[in-house]
Amino acid sequence: MSEDLTGFAYLVSGVFFIMALRGLSSPESARKGNVYGIIGMIIAVVTTIINPAVISLQTIFIGIIIGGSIGTAVALKINMTALPQLVAAFHSLVGLAAVFVAIAAFFNPEAYGIGTLGSISSVSLIEMSLGAVIGAITFSGSVVAFAKLQGLVSGNPVTFKGQHMLNAIIGIAIFVFIFQLVVGQSEQAFWILIGLAFLIGFLIIIPIGGADMPVVVSMLNSYSGWAACGIGFTLSNTALIITGALVGSSGAILSYIMCKGMNRSIFHVLLGGFGGDAVAAAAEGAEQGNVKQGSADDAAFIMGNASKVIIIPGYGMAVAQAQHALREMCDLLKEKGVEISYAIHPVAGRMPGHMNVLLAEANVPYDEVFELEAINHEFSTADVAFVIGANDVTNPAAKSDPTSPIYGMPILDVEKAGTTLFLKRSLASGYAGVANELFFRDKTMMLFGDAKKMTEQIVQALG
Amino acid sequence: MGADSFLNLFTVFVLACFVGFYVVWSVTPALHSPLLAVTNAISSVIIVGGLLAAGPEGMGFSSLMGLLAVVLASVNIFGGFVVTQRMLAMFKKKPKKDE
Repeated sequence: MSEDLTGFAYLVSGVFFIMALRGLSSPESARKGNVYGIIGMIIAVVTTIINPAVISLQTIFIGIIIGGSIGTAVALKINMTALPQLVAAFHSLVGLAAVFVAIAAFFNPEAYGIGTLGSISSVSLIEMSLGAVIGAITFSGSVVAFAKLQGLVSGNPVTFKGQHMLNAIIGIAIFVFIFQLVVGQSEQAFWILIGLAFLIGFLIIIPIGGADMPVVVSMLNSYSGWAACGIGFTLSNTALIITGALVGSSGAILSYIMCKGMNRSIFHVLLGGFGGDAVAAAAEGAEQGNVKQGSADDAAFIMGNASKVIIIPGYGMAVAQAQHALREMCDLLKEKGVEISYAIHPVAGRMPGHMNVLLAEANVPYDEVFELEAINHEFSTADVAFVIGANDVTNPAAKSDPTSPIYGMPILDVEKAGTTLFLKRSLASGYAGVANELFFRDKTMMLFGDAKKMTEQIVQALG
Repeated sequence: MGADSFLNLFTVFVLACFVGFYVVWSVTPALHSPLLAVTNAISSVIIVGGLLAAGPEGMGFSSLMGLLAVVLASVNIFGGFVVTQRMLAMFKKKPKKDE
């Protein structure tokens, strides 16, 4: 294949990737989009393999088969609740792959046509070191995110004195070593650079708490894109550059949406120290008044007699895997003529769109599931708001109390519904450590217990 | 690589950022998880770099690095597309009532 034709093939592959993302504008076109993505990938890989310089095909195929079988097996087996950690793990692999490619390019620049060992062009060195640095940050950052999401380490923020100063020093050191690398082609500088990048990736994610993980996952997604971009420039490969830019902007937009969903700036999230899994224990205190506690039978009675019920799922539903029981409950209510819809807050769960996937898994039709803006005005006409495993996203303090840490965050107006049912394990406050005054209102009934068990009991009471 | 060629690549990069910006804003929020998974899969097109490094005959340090990159990227490509497919297959519409 001539060079022009190869370049053209990579461009086509890039266009297919654009179409893959375009497909996601609606669930109907999304499956086709995924196929476009696969076609784009096949074009890119085949175009590279038929390059005459690529000789050891056997080894390569073995590599692809090993990696491919592991990937397929994991993806088929994974529980949908564990999706956020799977995505974090996948991000780490892209990051590490970028580091390996950069190392390979540094020690064998001939394979990429960017010079010879010890005399690589400055532009290529900068591109390659950026690719390696961002890749390494993506890797170690994703490993930390994975460990937090998987529960291997505590989701609480880890902070220590001088943390930001240390990060700043390492950041500056990285730029110094990139400069050294470009000036002196120094092998040592290259390794130190990669080591520092691994370290800083680790350091920037540890202070971020479990509940901020939707931002972290999106941000690491963005990083993995920029890493691919850096390598794309080194290789002069348009497919990589286009894809990297797509993924980079995609992750950045998702981070922005997530931050907006919490009314926090990205800097605030990055500086960390907020959003542990259990910032405050049970919200105690005299000023909070009485709580009306109900049983599964009460809940079944109230919802069975309602004409319109809105369900608000949160991370608690995911942890308890209550989505199937919830759908069963809603089916029974629908049989009784109750109108059911679901309201999703942008930051519900541990990754963007997490709740939508879990509900879809439980066979909830997606046209019953609505985003915050689309459904918020409906609460005033709803008889019951059924909050399952969510808390902060319903807290009216976000609107009324300027001193509250969550002030300004968009919330679901469940207080406007006739009755609000809260299914929670305890009165504990949410990740923000803020007490929810709704718990103590007359129109509110608390259902204490495991989300799944309680929902199953309601199903029995309804049946 | 000459300056010309860098500028060409940079042009592609800037335009792709804009395309990405508009395309991603049109993604429905309900599909943000599949978006993360599929962007993950396509960013593994970095396999191209691994293939080129692993390509030359014999097994030097660079080819080993390339091969490792190929394996890691393959995990991602297959895993990413499969898990996206699994997710998307679950999104169903309400069955029509008039059956």
